[in-house]
Amino acid sequence: MNEDRSLYPEHDENGKPIIDLESHKFLKLWQGPQHPGITGNMSLELTVSGDEIVESKTHVGYLHRGFEKLLERRLFVQCMPTSIRLCVAEPDPNEYIVSTAVEELGGIEIPDNAKWLRMLSLEMARLQVLLRGVPGQAGTFALGLGYQWGNYLRDLILDSFEELTGGRVYHMYIIPGGVRGNLPEGFKGRMLEKLKLIDEFVVKIDKLIFQNVVFESRAKGLGHIPKEWVDKYGVYGPAARASGVMRDVRKTNPYLNYDQLDFEPHVTTEGDVYARSVVRYNDLQMTVDMIRQILDKMPDGGDIRAQTPNVLHWKIPKGETYVKCESSRGEYGMYFVTDGSDKPRRAHLKGPSYTHANALLDKLLINANIADTAAIMVSLATCPPEIER
Amino acid sequence: MNIKKLLTPFTAWGNVTKDPVTIKDPLNERPGADRYRGFHRNDVEACVGCGSCEDICENEAIDLMPAKDTKDGDSGLRPMIDYGRCCWCALCVDVCTTNSLTLSNEYTWISTDPEDFRYIPGIDKKEWDNNNDKGWKKPEPNYEFYPLKRIQPSHLSPEDRSDSFIEMMHGYSKDQAMQEADRCVECGICTATCPAHMGIPEYIKAIRNDDLEEGLRILYDTNPLPEICGRICTHKCETVCTIGHKGDPLSIRWLKRYIADQNPSERYKKILETENLVSKGKKVAIIGAGPSGLSAAHYLVQMGYEVKIFEKLAAAGGMMRYGIPSYRLPYDQIDKDIDYILSLGVDIQYNINVGNGEGEISLETLGNDYDAVFSGTGLHLGRSTGIPGSDNKHVYASPDLLRWIVEGKEFEVPENVVVIGGGNVAMDITRSMARLQMKKYGKVGVITTALEGEDKMPADREEIDEGREEGCIINPGWAPKSVEIDSNGVPTGLNVVKCHSLFDSEGRFNPQTDEDNKEFWPGTMIIESIGQGMDISYLDGKYKDQLEFGPRGRVQTDEYYQTGLPWLFMGGDIIKGPDVITGIATGHKAAVGIDRMLNPEF
Ligand code: SF4
Ligand code: SF4
Repeated sequence: MNEDRSLYPEHDENGKPIIDLESHKFLKLWQGPQHPGITGNMSLELTVSGDEIVESKTHVGYLHRGFEKLLERRLFVQCMPTSIRLCVAEPDPNEYIVSTAVEELGGIEIPDNAKWLRMLSLEMARLQVLLRGVPGQAGTFALGLGYQWGNYLRDLILDSFEELTGGRVYHMYIIPGGVRGNLPEGFKGRMLEKLKLIDEFVVKIDKLIFQNVVFESRAKGLGHIPKEWVDKYGVYGPAARASGVMRDVRKTNPYLNYDQLDFEPHVTTEGDVYARSVVRYNDLQMTVDMIRQILDKMPDGGDIRAQTPNVLHWKIPKGETYVKCESSRGEYGMYFVTDGSDKPRRAHLKGPSYTHANALLDKLLINANIADTAAIMVSLATCPPEIER
Repeated sequence: MNIKKLLTPFTAWGNVTKDPVTIKDPLNERPGADRYRGFHRNDVEACVGCGSCEDICENEAIDLMPAKDTKDGDSGLRPMIDYGRCCWCALCVDVCTTNSLTLSNEYTWISTDPEDFRYIPGIDKKEWDNNNDKGWKKPEPNYEFYPLKRIQPSHLSPEDRSDSFIEMMHGYSKDQAMQEADRCVECGICTATCPAHMGIPEYIKAIRNDDLEEGLRILYDTNPLPEICGRICTHKCETVCTIGHKGDPLSIRWLKRYIADQNPSERYKKILETENLVSKGKKVAIIGAGPSGLSAAHYLVQMGYEVKIFEKLAAAGGMMRYGIPSYRLPYDQIDKDIDYILSLGVDIQYNINVGNGEGEISLETLGNDYDAVFSGTGLHLGRSTGIPGSDNKHVYASPDLLRWIVEGKEFEVPENVVVIGGGNVAMDITRSMARLQMKKYGKVGVITTALEGEDKMPADREEIDEGREEGCIINPGWAPKSVEIDSNGVPTGLNVVKCHSLFDSEGRFNPQTDEDNKEFWPGTMIIESIGQGMDISYLDGKYKDQLEFGPRGRVQTDEYYQTGLPWLFMGGDIIKGPDVITGIATGHKAAVGIDRMLNPEF
């Protein structure tokens, strides 16, 4: 363990590692596609020397669903049930970007009430992701307790989703023209109670994870993303903010009514797994606060949907647009092309996982310990379904 | 090493004393939320089998299956759901045209038989059918997948039209037509109900595609009088339009008119590909240039027959020209439809009556000279109430007056007129007389009565409303008792008594009146408009025995309107209806029947 690791592998004059598997100094190790330490169905082809990774290659293609292509065969309203599955863990940004692209090209202005309801569902979505994601980071170092606490609270948020949208995981709530329902009776009160529980959880998580010497010593310095890489590798959202670059679409290009909320996304400069955890931990608290603001500021009922043309044969004139929003992982966008027919000509998803899990991860894993791969991956919040749309 | 950070995480042990958060019996302790999207329910009595749910389902989880009797406005089909495909998006619920489809809030359903998971909600009974009304329903408020409000074409105001026979409805503009056409869900329930089974969703689609030539072709597939029907059709299609369950039915009639209006007559032959019709060398005679005769002529000439029409009056059109006032149906639009049919090579002889009298041509002659004869002579005789005084010469039958107006014949227009009748023809004569009075006296003095109550009147709602806007008094629910005649033999008015109901408990026509509740309505002209009768005396003689007569003296025919005399086909109001579109349908079908007879290899 304590021999000089810098000897292996040797590098050629171009700086490429010389890896001779026959030398028995290196081993190929596959992490995934079915592996508890992988975020969904993808694979890391690791070349290790001892327990140190000398080369990593991300493999995708285990999940290919052709959703973008499928959208080209669907009426605009029929795009919704398919597109919500683009990223499973956080379906609401999918709903938002597809609906908004359709509205933008179809010339539909949605009611203000629907804007607030969209923000609510988007922030609830972020909340349920972070409730697992923040403690889940410690889970990659085998501290599973916080993850269980978070999962319970996430379930309470899914209960709220069930009340509001009729679905726990696939909400089908945001739809071209608006949303599919006002707040049910008593929703606000119940939601505020749940947020109080999350406040307590936030304190407990601090003690469990951030006041934890093991977590600190393993996460600090791990998976370091220098500020210069943010642009070079296409780093978004919390990961960019942990490396000192302010990236949050809600702030930089406000959409819906985000400009009416008071929030300041956390930025720090260390750029390691610990810093990304701290940024996400702050995001969690900010999300709770934003939901309180939304519930406070939103109108008490009202129209939920603008009248669209008949959805069964709604034709949208030729046009293209790029719609983006801030998902829990970072900028999440949809490039959408219409050709005057009743179906999209092209729909192309751009999510942070594509760059995070491919180019960036390959780079970050070099010199990392095998046991740290999961931690690095989770800190980037990679989502394979979003890569393989 | 930071000792504090080594120990703090152990505060988590504090949870040991807390109660677990797990729900022990979740299905009972924690039912689905009120909006939860569980399993499908369908109120099969309200559902009309329109198939919109099937259309919207991106997973093709829905098939419409025969489950009920087919009737007007109901395909008899009901959606069957396949839970091997469904993703519970509930778009089918949101699109449902009757709000009959909902989802229950059930979480689980266990069965060992995979076939169970494909079922027809509401027909295949499920435990969640009635247990509560929770679950997903179409969201509110103002949440509709298609606009429910009808686009109204502009029209002349009551002031501008009350003394004028100029057409009162303006057609749709392109924008208006497109918007109205957008509301269609293409269920085809209208097609099933239309007597001519017109391809309504298809021509509405042609409007959406702005392909009005295609639209015209679709119209002419089943109806060669689209300008006329686009204005005065009784639009049974609109009565059953599925959008009508939640909103205003589509304006199918005005959409049809829009297509016809937008296509110039010079282009018809090119569009309809009728420039070079080939003759089969066989001849067919048609009696009467009304809707059924013209329709038969059109399809026969298209099939290659030599067609000659024998028309009693000086112009073609029958009741369409002589029975419908021009503010509803202008003459140039009648001519546009008819001229096109004649331009295909249909020969027509005017002012010739088929009958057995002097100067008339007999059926026998036609039978000898032609390979087949189609008769659509229509209902031209006025019917009388037979009440005391109704035989007075100032008591008129509406068909005569309406014809005189068209022919420009002079007749006395008195200041006060009473009309008896509640149908569309009664409204036509009411509103025509009102216009004549307005021109002559600057005011209207027409009272119209019907046996039926306000909501049971057979006339179209808009006819009644527009008549009232024009100053006519339409006062339904009264039975005429007698015409009051003065010593000079001129009527002074009509005695009426209140009428409560029309039919007895067995459904027989048996008006119940309250003789104490009576009124006298002044008028020096009384017009009876209570239906029309036919004159088929031309059948008398040699052939009468070979024909079979049914109720009300109607000749019995087979499905192709062939009578007991193989070469004689009959259609229009004397056989079925009465209305224009039924006449067109019978003429079309008879043309097919004639072709089958004359070209048996068919
Ligand atoms: S819920 Fe969605 S997937 Fe299921 S049958 Fe209805 S439309 Fe199809
Ligand atoms: S949309 Fe509604 S009315 Fe039409 S077939 Fe489906 S369940 Fe029946």
